[in-house]
Amino acid sequence: MDASKSGNGGAGWDARMIDEIVAGLAHMPGALMPVLQAVIERVGFIPPDAVPAIARALNLSRAEVHGVISFYRDFCTGRPGRKIIRVCRAESCQAMGAVALAGHIQSRLGVGFGQTSADGDFTLEPVYCLGNCACSPAIVVGDDLYGRVTPKRFDEIFFSVTSSRSSR
Amino acid sequence: MTAVVYVPRDSSAVSLGADAVTEAIRTETASRKLDVTIVRNGSRGMFSHEPMVEVAAAAGRIAYGPVAPADVASLFDSNFLDGREHRLRLGVAGEIPWLKSQNRLTFARAGVTDPVSLDDFIAHGGYRGLRRAIELSADAVIAEVTKSGLRGRGGAGFPTGVKWKIALDAPAAPKYVVCNADEGDSGAFSDRMIMEGDPFVLIEGMTIAALAVGATQGYIYLRSEYPHARRALSETIATACSNGYLGANILGSGKSFELEIRLGAGAYVCGEETAMLESIEGRRGMVRFKPPFPALEGLFGKPTVINNVVSFATVPIIIERGAEVFRSWGVGNSRGTMPFQLSGNAKRPGLIEAPMGVRLREIVHDYGGGTASGSPVRAVQVGGPLGAFFSESMMDVELDFESVAARGGVLGHGGIVVFDETVDMARMARYAMEFCAIESCGKCTPCRIGSIRGAEVIDDIINRRRPRENLEVLRDLCDTMKFGSLCALGGLAPLPVLSALKYFPGDFGLAPRDVDFIGADLTISTSGAASTHAIAGR
Ligand SMILES: Cc1cc2nc3c(=O)[nH]c(=O)nc-3n(C[C@H](O)[C@H](O)[C@H](O)COP(=O)(O)O)c2cc1C
Ligand code: SF4
Ligand code: FES
Repeated sequence: MDASKSGNGGAGWDARMIDEIVAGLAHMPGALMPVLQAVIERVGFIPPDAVPAIARALNLSRAEVHGVISFYRDFCTGRPGRKIIRVCRAESCQAMGAVALAGHIQSRLGVGFGQTSADGDFTLEPVYCLGNCACSPAIVVGDDLYGRVTPKRFDEIFFSVTSSRSSR
Repeated sequence: MTAVVYVPRDSSAVSLGADAVTEAIRTETASRKLDVTIVRNGSRGMFSHEPMVEVAAAAGRIAYGPVAPADVASLFDSNFLDGREHRLRLGVAGEIPWLKSQNRLTFARAGVTDPVSLDDFIAHGGYRGLRRAIELSADAVIAEVTKSGLRGRGGAGFPTGVKWKIALDAPAAPKYVVCNADEGDSGAFSDRMIMEGDPFVLIEGMTIAALAVGATQGYIYLRSEYPHARRALSETIATACSNGYLGANILGSGKSFELEIRLGAGAYVCGEETAMLESIEGRRGMVRFKPPFPALEGLFGKPTVINNVVSFATVPIIIERGAEVFRSWGVGNSRGTMPFQLSGNAKRPGLIEAPMGVRLREIVHDYGGGTASGSPVRAVQVGGPLGAFFSESMMDVELDFESVAARGGVLGHGGIVVFDETVDMARMARYAMEFCAIESCGKCTPCRIGSIRGAEVIDDIINRRRPRENLEVLRDLCDTMKFGSLCALGGLAPLPVLSALKYFPGDFGLAPRDVDFIGADLTISTSGAASTHAIAGR
């Protein structure tokens, strides 16, 4: 496995890393969710090849682990873009123009929901409420929450994120 | 003397630039060589004016807002540290009518204190409830909660004390206390504001519950969309542990209680309590059949008290001041206050803690000031994505469990979303079905398949494809979902649809009489009113 390619804030992965994560959490009752979350935090996604090791270490069947992974929106199994952009599509944000905003963001990034831009920089995901409803419409870019996002404000955010990346 | 400046750390305030404002204040104090302490408080919930900066002045805490980083230098120029005049000056924070007119019990400290400071919490009355609870017997604590009339704020409205009593009387051990912090309802943010703005009160409420029912382990099931809440909770749980408020022998009571955060992973249905238990146990969030009820057989098959964040956070003040203080507010069987959350196209959105029974108009118009866009209010959704829509002519509805139910709606978690004239209610109805389809756990067919079908049928009606037949199909689908679903996701998803049809038939290309089959309480008459009207060909 190529460990040099880095994903969404995470590093590459190898079997030892997965074993280490599982070993540190396996004692918890109901350890599977924390284990999968830790994998996401370290690797950026859940590599399908890591499932057998997780299953073995937690004494579960692969099917059980797969079933859990496929149930939850957070557990993606493909490497996402370097930054994930989440756009709230729920009611309060809709009432403040989220539909138009989502359209604008899609054309700005050149991708639809669930897709990653060709340069691997951004993955666009829907989210159903960020608890920021009083400041609708709301989006998350990477780790940062934004409120009252107009198409113009999105462009400013997008510009500052992309220019800080290229200046590194 | 050191001046104290408050800038909220609340994630909504941060989403509007509160961190940048904090930075600007730091820069300005450094360059002016001033002695200023910045406290990152919670938000008071008046989001029209966030980021709202406050200064501790002689006259009290003077608020300024909404503050942008570019305003900071001029605030210093105007001597805002002494509470002086400035175009953003709002006066003494607690005296701002929007805030002062509220009845803050659960949210008394939110926005006032430093959320992660135990000293601040205690200085503002924190942990008095727990100390009193330790002096009382378990039965007396539960009796007080029961007497207060507190009903679950998570949506179902079950009496909190009754639930605790069942868990207390359950013989099995160990017992658990689980806080439902999934706050999946769109339009809801009161749980978030407690966790970010006064997290100790949640810990205190859960600890009181644990001591009362004899639980030794607690979990907070927190949605992954709330990283700010997670940080505030992690920090305060650690502080509570190291100061003897959590862990072994709490405050010398001889009782112990451990508390741990578990994260959700982006599944709305995991807010349903049994799906949440499945998730904590490490499985797919599939809803369980009830009975057995969680209070008897819950987490890992053991007696488990499950309550919403606001429910737990309301307990300390009830124990501290007595049931009567809470009970004296509200109407009928809906006692106390409710933190309503106003959002959507509202001019002054935010958190409004008001007595149960407050009228919709007071929230939407008096507090909310109508729409943000300035055009008329057209629709209001009460109680989250599964709640009913109300029209502008229904502003007299009282917001309590019974009155909202009488109109066929649900109070839910107290979220209220405003829509202006531009809203297309057929599209909102379609969205409700779509949301149900996306979030269904898949256990029952009416919800899993019905919702997909529902969205298609609404599309057909909108596109004038055999509207008469399709309205009948939709009616039957709604009926089947309502009565054939295991949990409220499938069971309530018809509410937004039926209410949109009933009050806004024109948006579907229908006439009012076409939707006669929907009663004033949103019940569906199966006598087939839809089919008796000739709506075909229109
Ligand atoms: C689909 C669905 C989603 C729910 N989401 C939540 C939620 O996010 N938070 C919550 O407290 N209760 C939620 N509930 C209600 C819980 O099942 C449960 O009634 C509640 O947590 C009990 O706490 P309370 O009595 O303090 O309200 C949901 C119910 C359903 C059916
Ligand atoms: S109604 Fe829907 S979410 Fe609820 S148990 Fe049935 S399938 Fe699952
Ligand atoms: S509806 Fe978008 S943040 Fe809540």
